[in-house]
Amino acid sequence: MSDDAVSPEEVRHVADLARVDLDDDEVDRFTEQFADILEYFETLDEVPEVDRDADLANVMRPDEERASLDSEEALRNAPETEDGYFKGPNVS
Amino acid sequence: MSDNIFITEERIEGAEDGPLAGRTVAVKDNISTEGVRTTCGSKMLEDYVPPYDATVVERLTDAGATIVGKANMDEFGMGTTTETSYFGETDNPAAPGHVPGGSSGGSAAAVAAGEADLALGSDTGGSVRCPAAFCGVVGIKPTYGLVSRYGLVAYGNSLEQIGPFGETVEDAAALLDVIAGSDERDATTRSEGDDSSYAAAATGDVDGLSIGVPTELLEGADEGVVETFWDAIDELEDRGAEYHEVSLPSVEHAVEAYYVIAMSEASSNLARFDGVRYGRSGGYDGNWNEAFAKAREEGFGDEVKRRILLGTYALSAGYHDKYYKKAQDARAWVKQDFDEALSEADVLASPTMPVPPFELGESLDDPLKLYLADANTVPVNLADLPAISIPAGETDGLPVGLQLVGPAFGEERLIRAASALA
Repeated sequence: MSDDAVSPEEVRHVADLARVDLDDDEVDRFTEQFADILEYFETLDEVPEVDRDADLANVMRPDEERASLDSEEALRNAPETEDGYFKGPNVS
Repeated sequence: MSDNIFITEERIEGAEDGPLAGRTVAVKDNISTEGVRTTCGSKMLEDYVPPYDATVVERLTDAGATIVGKANMDEFGMGTTTETSYFGETDNPAAPGHVPGGSSGGSAAAVAAGEADLALGSDTGGSVRCPAAFCGVVGIKPTYGLVSRYGLVAYGNSLEQIGPFGETVEDAAALLDVIAGSDERDATTRSEGDDSSYAAAATGDVDGLSIGVPTELLEGADEGVVETFWDAIDELEDRGAEYHEVSLPSVEHAVEAYYVIAMSEASSNLARFDGVRYGRSGGYDGNWNEAFAKAREEGFGDEVKRRILLGTYALSAGYHDKYYKKAQDARAWVKQDFDEALSEADVLASPTMPVPPFELGESLDDPLKLYLADANTVPVNLADLPAISIPAGETDGLPVGLQLVGPAFGEERLIRAASALA
């Protein structure tokens, strides 16, 4: 196991960041599995620096109106709606 | 329904005429079908009904195909066995009691069982080729950008392509003819393949074909798989092809690079599932973050949570350079290696999977073991190249696939070579 294997607290912290609740069993299981998986990922340290193709370009389309879903279609899968809007929990 | 191949069995009739008139197609359940439930194999999307068709679905029905159902899959495409589906595992029709491979296991099984003439899957790290190999059918992973991803529910979008399955190379190629081609609704679309004719390339002519065999992709493979692989190469040689060994040193790091990139992209792509606009609702009081986290706890299975968390970790402050940046270096290295090897060979050949199909339930508890099984398929996705898996024979009664890899937009060449065997 590597020196900086994840602790249960770190797994909980990452789960908080990712907005995924975990129960205690999941935390224990993931802590154990992440140690193995992250140790394996660390072999990326052996990869040499490589010149990368730098010819990336943004792909833009003309800023023109075009057909899209109407609001009824867009709302069809929402668990809760009100007055033509999505209804969600409080933000704060 | 046999073997739990479909999540939803529903016919979508195509046009009366067209190149696929009279043919039936199974569509992986992460490809949007207007008015027909699309679950991604997840409890999160158990009741989701897309309001629009994916581009490939429009093209299928325009070509006269009849869609017969939405095929089972690993949840959100995350798996190598189709055992992570919320709707249960699919049995392998070609090897009952074994997994059909993943993540497009239902699609490959549909063709192998004769439940559909053809099928569509998606391949992020081998998810078309692996089930093709395990179920003894043909599967093609197209060059990145050849097939539109509009309407494909994203998992690792810099890596994934929709790909066809068929019983023969010519069948799979005919389906590729229908779905390939540029699409203005996909920002990563490419037009280089627009004038291709794939089914017509299935001539079986391999006279003078130069095959490179990467030695690294044979190391560690199961002995029976390797023997079956060499038998298939012998057959190609008998038909006029020649082979030589090549070295791809970068592929030793492809699996870890692939998983870091795919998980990082997954952590971002799956952030859209908040249970408010669609998907399973937390339905709880309290603030947004708590309701969001609760909905995702209940809606996602183990493998999805594992990948979202590892992806979040790999992108988090302090670890980005250690994991994600290094993985991008490895990806560039893999691309260079393939370019070099393909400058001295027409195609590269390896076993598709280093192992025969697992028994159902055999590998579920060890994610790392499963990730390592993807060693031969993931380098192709990192390099954005096309590849095909064709049946090569059997070992101990279990199907073995042969993988051929070609240069970008070299699908016609791959189809010609592969059609000598299937």
